[in-house]
Amino acid sequence: MADAVLFEFLHTEMVAELWAQDPDPDPGPGGQKMSLSVLEGMGFRVGQAMAERLPRETLAFREELDVLKFLCKDLWVAVFQKQMDSLRTNHQGTYVLQDNSFPLLIRMSSGLQYLEEAPKFLAFTCGILRGALSTLGIKSLVTASVAALPACKFQVVIQRC
Amino acid sequence: MAVCVAVIAKENYPLYIRSVPMENELKFHYMVHTSLDVVDEKVSAMGKALVDQRELYLGLLYPTEDYKVYGYVTNSKVKFVMVVDSSNTALRDNEIRSMFRKLHNSYTDVMCNPFYNPGDRIQSRAFDSMVTSMMIQVC
Repeated sequence: MADAVLFEFLHTEMVAELWAQDPDPDPGPGGQKMSLSVLEGMGFRVGQAMAERLPRETLAFREELDVLKFLCKDLWVAVFQKQMDSLRTNHQGTYVLQDNSFPLLIRMSSGLQYLEEAPKFLAFTCGILRGALSTLGIKSLVTASVAALPACKFQVVIQRC
Repeated sequence: MAVCVAVIAKENYPLYIRSVPMENELKFHYMVHTSLDVVDEKVSAMGKALVDQRELYLGLLYPTEDYKVYGYVTNSKVKFVMVVDSSNTALRDNEIRSMFRKLHNSYTDVMCNPFYNPGDRIQSRAFDSMVTSMMIQVC
């Protein structure tokens, strides 16, 4: 089993590299959004593959909540070696997943320092969640928010159309 | 030994279909197509019944006079359909299950291939060779 820290290092480098490549020196919202969506797209493809590989002998999910629980437990354990701390829902298609010590943020600080930099480090994970949900048949929109490092919340809104 | 193997996507179009090239393949394509209805029926029936366990392996979908058709559905609603020769020494359930398990493993490998876009036809040679090993040997 590979050391978890390898993924953390790789992820950090990924974010740093994408940001360094930004040709637009003006750190305006345009350039940043491009990199965030690239990161999220990468996470999406990874999430698709993970959702195919992980629930191997697990029997078919019967409802949405089961899928979300699978994400919080099995997917999070596979990627971050810990479970999600809490899952809340309004039973109308919105779920809030809360992680109180997110492994990709825990090395940075605990408090309010680096709060503006935090979203970059969450984009890839949002993509993983969205990709996994899409393979399991749920179209969704995933956003992340940080109030104070290293706790963060992922909000999943199911798109029904 | 299978006579025809098909992988059907969630939206019910074929990702991969291969049959033993001895007679008109259209017949097998048609059988796979009709079996999709049976698969849908089984999946929805399982969803409604308050049964705790939901299996991925669907079992015998329907028998015809020459062939039997087996089905398997993954968690991502990708269906595997396998047509076997009835005249063959009756394949035991275990063997069919293990064939489907091998198919599922190979399909997962294909999904994890970064050069594969989910939803495209499967062109992986590794997958091809795995299916060849499962199909009947006809010279």
